[in-house]
Amino acid sequence: MKKTSVSEAHAAYLRRIRRDARIVLISRIAVLFGFLLLWELGADLRWFDPFILSSPSRVFQTIARLYADGSLWLHVGTTLLETVLGFLLGTLLGALFAVLLWWLPKLNRVLDPYLVVLNALPKIALGPVLIVWIGAGTASIVVMGVLVSLVVTTVTVLNGFLAATDEKQLLMRTLGATKLQIFLKVVLPAGVPDLISALKISVGMSWVGVIVGEYLVSKAGLGYLIVYGGQVFKLDLVMASVTVLCVLAALMYYAVAFLEKKVCS
Amino acid sequence: MQSELMHLSDVSLAYHTVAGETTAIQNLDLTVYEGEFLAIVGPSGCGKTTVLSLIMGLLEPTAGSVRLAREHLRLGYMLQRDHLLDHRTVEKNVLLGLEVQHRLTEESRARAMALLDTYGLGEFRSFRPQQLSGGMRQKVALIRTLALEPDLLLLDEPFSALDYQTRLNLSDEVYRIIRKEHKSAILVTHDISEAVSMADRVAVFSARPARLKALIGIGFPAGLSPLERRRQPAFHDYFDRIWKELQP
Repeated sequence: MKKTSVSEAHAAYLRRIRRDARIVLISRIAVLFGFLLLWELGADLRWFDPFILSSPSRVFQTIARLYADGSLWLHVGTTLLETVLGFLLGTLLGALFAVLLWWLPKLNRVLDPYLVVLNALPKIALGPVLIVWIGAGTASIVVMGVLVSLVVTTVTVLNGFLAATDEKQLLMRTLGATKLQIFLKVVLPAGVPDLISALKISVGMSWVGVIVGEYLVSKAGLGYLIVYGGQVFKLDLVMASVTVLCVLAALMYYAVAFLEKKVCS
Repeated sequence: MQSELMHLSDVSLAYHTVAGETTAIQNLDLTVYEGEFLAIVGPSGCGKTTVLSLIMGLLEPTAGSVRLAREHLRLGYMLQRDHLLDHRTVEKNVLLGLEVQHRLTEESRARAMALLDTYGLGEFRSFRPQQLSGGMRQKVALIRTLALEPDLLLLDEPFSALDYQTRLNLSDEVYRIIRKEHKSAILVTHDISEAVSMADRVAVFSARPARLKALIGIGFPAGLSPLERRRQPAFHDYFDRIWKELQP
């Protein structure tokens, strides 16, 4: 439709949509700044003890100090590396495992109850076992990140594969397709959206795994900073680390969401 | 004058489930001739679709045999639902069968595209299936089947998922396409009117286990479309005869 052919009513409708979008955006920013302002004010006016609850300015100063002495990048880098590794390995292995289970329905039936139990089990309960088996170091933390995202990826992707198979199997058989053709031409492409939604879930899961891993064993990383800060009662450090973590987790989530948009369009 | 294209001789088929054994088809004899349009009607669940699966080779008969006129007789199967793949364009959907059977050449592609053009879907070739109406989707599914150049088309209630108007229009069009391409076809349906309006002969099946109850030749003047047939006085006589045969 050309711009000139837009009727008055339609123009008003478009204006209303744009205004609503603006109101939502402004409100979002207002919530953030309102929260920071109340937090800061509360600390300055001693509504609560800033030693316990910290304050935005103290958080900012802490981050600036960490940045100045160069340790910010060490901790961020460590955690980020562990998370990305855990995330990539977890989703890759999870997806491969889903392919294997799709290909071998008997194996799927045999392993199904175990998969259910593993999926229900809080994987971080295995933390101490991993430390004993693998050793107190980065490897344990990465494995934790992998474990947490692996099972959920397998389950999500496999379900996507199976749904696509049910739908189109008959068609492909009437066309005389082999199993490999069914997988490559139907099941895999149809499974891509499930694969992406599995990515979105497991990106959050990997953060959980890695941070808990760092709680248990580490000499660097944001999880380490949080635990250390808690132990020596430096709540500024804890809050600063959590803030950095928020930003990183959000960035990684939006990166995956961006990928989704790219793939789906 | 007509040569046999496909012959089911004394075919029986039993299904096995945990609950027990069900005889779906019993001692069925049925022939399809070259260039013929045969309709199979019967109560729902009587095993009409099973007959198509047997012909297609998706199922093996428990007894009896399925004989095809030539060893490499090409079969094309059209399902109740279009099953178009959402991640492929219309063009790529049409080429799916050729791809799967490793018969995709410049020539076969051009022929498939010509089919799209002839039947009014040429301008939609780069569209996604989600952008098409139900009737158009079913037409794409038919062209996907026709692109394989089948000698015998197996139509498994291809119109039943559509609304009434689309159904009448599309059956008209599919009939025209099948006649124009000189194909033989077996149409499975539970809709008596649809069978009478399209077929040369109608095979009436009994309730399960399916047996051939009657074979009724439909004699309309040549060249009438399904919609025109529906307006013929004889249409209702055929309808009534089949209706009576279907009564248990």
